[in-house]
Amino acid sequence: MRYLLVEDNLELAEAIASRLAMDGHAVDHAASLAEAEDCLATADYDLILLDVMLPDGDGRAFLKRSRDRLEVPVIVLTARSRVSDRVDALDEGADDYLTKPFDFSELEARCRAVLRRRGGSARNEIALGAAVFDPMAGTLCCGSSTVELRNREIRLLEVFARHPGQILSKGQLMDRLFSHDAEVTENAIEVYVGRLRRRIEGKGVRIETVRGLGYRMDTTAP
Amino acid sequence: MTGTGSIGRRLTFLLAGVAALLSVLSWGMVTGLALEAAERTQDNVLAASATTIAETLRSEQGQVQLELPYSAFAMLGAISEDRVFYLVTAGEEMLTGYPDLPVPQLGPPSPGRVVFDTGNYRGAEIRMAMLTRLVLAGAQPVPVTVTVAQTRNGVDAITGELSQLAATLAVAFFLVAVALSFFAARTSLRPLNEIARAVSRRGPSDLRPLRRDAPAELAPLLAALNRLMARLGQSIQRSEDFIAEAAHRVRTPLATVRVQAEIALRSIEDEAQRRRLRQMIRAVDESSRSAEQILDHATVAYRTDDLARDRIDLAELARQTAKALEPTAAMKDIELRLETEPAEVAGDAVLLDSALRNVLDNAIKYSPEDTTVRLTVSTDGGEARMAVSDQGPGLGEGPAEALTERFRRGSNTEGIVGSGLGLTIVDDVLRAHGGRLELGRVKKGEGACVTLVLPLA
Repeated sequence: MRYLLVEDNLELAEAIASRLAMDGHAVDHAASLAEAEDCLATADYDLILLDVMLPDGDGRAFLKRSRDRLEVPVIVLTARSRVSDRVDALDEGADDYLTKPFDFSELEARCRAVLRRRGGSARNEIALGAAVFDPMAGTLCCGSSTVELRNREIRLLEVFARHPGQILSKGQLMDRLFSHDAEVTENAIEVYVGRLRRRIEGKGVRIETVRGLGYRMDTTAP
Repeated sequence: MTGTGSIGRRLTFLLAGVAALLSVLSWGMVTGLALEAAERTQDNVLAASATTIAETLRSEQGQVQLELPYSAFAMLGAISEDRVFYLVTAGEEMLTGYPDLPVPQLGPPSPGRVVFDTGNYRGAEIRMAMLTRLVLAGAQPVPVTVTVAQTRNGVDAITGELSQLAATLAVAFFLVAVALSFFAARTSLRPLNEIARAVSRRGPSDLRPLRRDAPAELAPLLAALNRLMARLGQSIQRSEDFIAEAAHRVRTPLATVRVQAEIALRSIEDEAQRRRLRQMIRAVDESSRSAEQILDHATVAYRTDDLARDRIDLAELARQTAKALEPTAAMKDIELRLETEPAEVAGDAVLLDSALRNVLDNAIKYSPEDTTVRLTVSTDGGEARMAVSDQGPGLGEGPAEALTERFRRGSNTEGIVGSGLGLTIVDDVLRAHGGRLELGRVKKGEGACVTLVLPLA
C-alpha cells in the first residue's frame, strides 16, 4: 500500500510513517496542502491520511476543492471530536475520519473498510507460496478454491505474511491483533492461531509452533 | 401600566378608552340637545297658546271679558297627551282657570313678554308660560295675566326615546371602535411579530443578519438585533476556534506519544517494559476519551438548548451510525446485526447520531470477542424504540438509573477505558427530544439491553 500522509506536525508524521513502514507500507509525507498537491501530481496513492488543521489551510476545504478530481480515498485525521465536526468531514467528501490520538489497529480496520468499499487494488495481493492472499478483500486463493477469512484471521495471516519465515512471539501477535484497552491473555492467541490453521488447511500455507518462542509461517508445504 | 405589559393590549385599551369617552360624551350631547329641543318646542307651543288666549281678551263695559278659544288647547294636545292647566287673572281677580295654579315668580311681569318657569302642580312637574297684557277696562288699564301650563311627560318621553337611540348608537360606535383598535394594534404590531417569528424560526446555529423591510420605528431594533447576532456569532466562532486549537495542540503530541509507544512495543521483548508501554497507551486513550466526551457533553448541552426539529428516519440513522462503527466492531470480530423498520421522529440528527454512537460504542467496548451486537429500530404505540443489546457482562450491580449520572461508571467496568459521560450524554439528548432511556436489567453475564425511546413524529 502507498499512503500519502498530510500532517504538519513533523514528529507525529515521522511516527506514523515509521509505524506504517513496519507493516510494509510506503508512505509519502506532505507537511502542507501545497506539498500534498505536488505529491498527488506525481504519484499514485492507495489512500490519503489528511490532517484538518494545516499551516496553509483547512484540510476539509482542500477536500471539498479536490473531491471531484480525486479518486483516492481519504481518511481525515482530526484533533477535534466535537459532535458536529465529525459530520462536517464526512459531508465534505471524506471516506472516514479518525480522531487523534488513534489506535493503529483501528486505522488499519478503517483503511480496510474504506478500500473494500472502493473495490481494493491488485497491488495489495501477497503471494504465499502457491496461494495468493488479499488482505484488503480478506481472501486466500489457492488454485480454484478461495476461502474468505474473518477480520481477526485476516490480520493474523497478514502479520505472518509481512514477516515471512520469521518467528513471531505470542506477545508480538497480541499487540497486532488486539487493541490495548482489552485485557487479553496469551491463551487467546492460541485460540486464534488454532482457528486460522483450520481455515487455511490445504491451501499450501501452514503455521507451525516454535516451542518456547512463538509461531512461524511456512509456505513451502505441499 | 408598567413596561412589562403587552403593547398590543395597551394600545387596544387606550384606543377603546378614548372610544368609550367619546361615546359617553356624544350620548350626553345628543340627550342634552334632545331635551333642549323638546323643551323649546313645548315652550313655543305654550307661548303660542297663551298668546292665542290673550288675543281674545277684550273689555266690555269696564269688565275684562275673554272667550277661551278651542284652538289654544288643540295646539297643546298636538304635541302630547299631557294634561293642560290654565289661569287667567285680571289684576287681583281670577277670570277663569285653576285658581291654585302656581304662576312664574320671576320678578315684575313686563307686558307683552312671555315668561316661562317650571314648577310642581298636583303631583306632577309642569312647565308654565305666562303672558301679561294690559287691557283697558273702562279708563283704567288692567294687567291681565294668562298662564298656560302643561305636564312634561311628553317632553320626557321624547327625550328618553332620543336618549335611548343615542345610547344604542354610542354602544354600537364603541364596539366598532374597539374592533378597529384591536385591528389597528395588531396591524401596527405585525412587523414586530414577523421579526420575532423570523428569529425564532431559525436553527440553533443560524446567526446571519435579518434581511427584511421594517417600518422606520423598528429599524433601530432590527439593526441592534443584527449587531447582537454578529457579536454572538463572532464570540461563538472565537470560542470554537479556541477549542479546536486547544484540542489540536493537546491531541497531536498525545497521538505522537501513542504511536511511538506502539512502535516501541513492537521492538521491545521484555515483558515488564511491554506492560509499562501498554499502561502508557491506555493512559493516553483515557485522557483523549475523557476530553472528547467532555467536549461532546458541552456541544450536546448547547444544541439541546435550542433543539432543531428536522424529520429523521431512525432506521436510516441507525444504518449510517452502524456503518460508521462497523470497522470498530470488526476489530473484535463482533457482528453488528441490524433489524429496522421505518420510524420517523422530529429532532436533531447530529445529537441523535451522537447518542446512538455512544450506546453502540459502549456495547462494542464491553462485549467479548466474537459476539453479536444487535441494533433494532421498531415502533410501538406512538413511540420509536431503538434498542442495542449485546452479549457482554451486563450493566452490573446497583440501580441502572444511576449510570446516567455524570462521571458515574458501572461496577463492572474495570480494565476498560471510559469517562462515565457516555450515558449522561445519551440521557440528555433523549430528554431534550421528549424521549427516555431504558436500561435493560439483564442478569449478570447475559448482556445488556439499552433502549432509546423517542416520540414518533
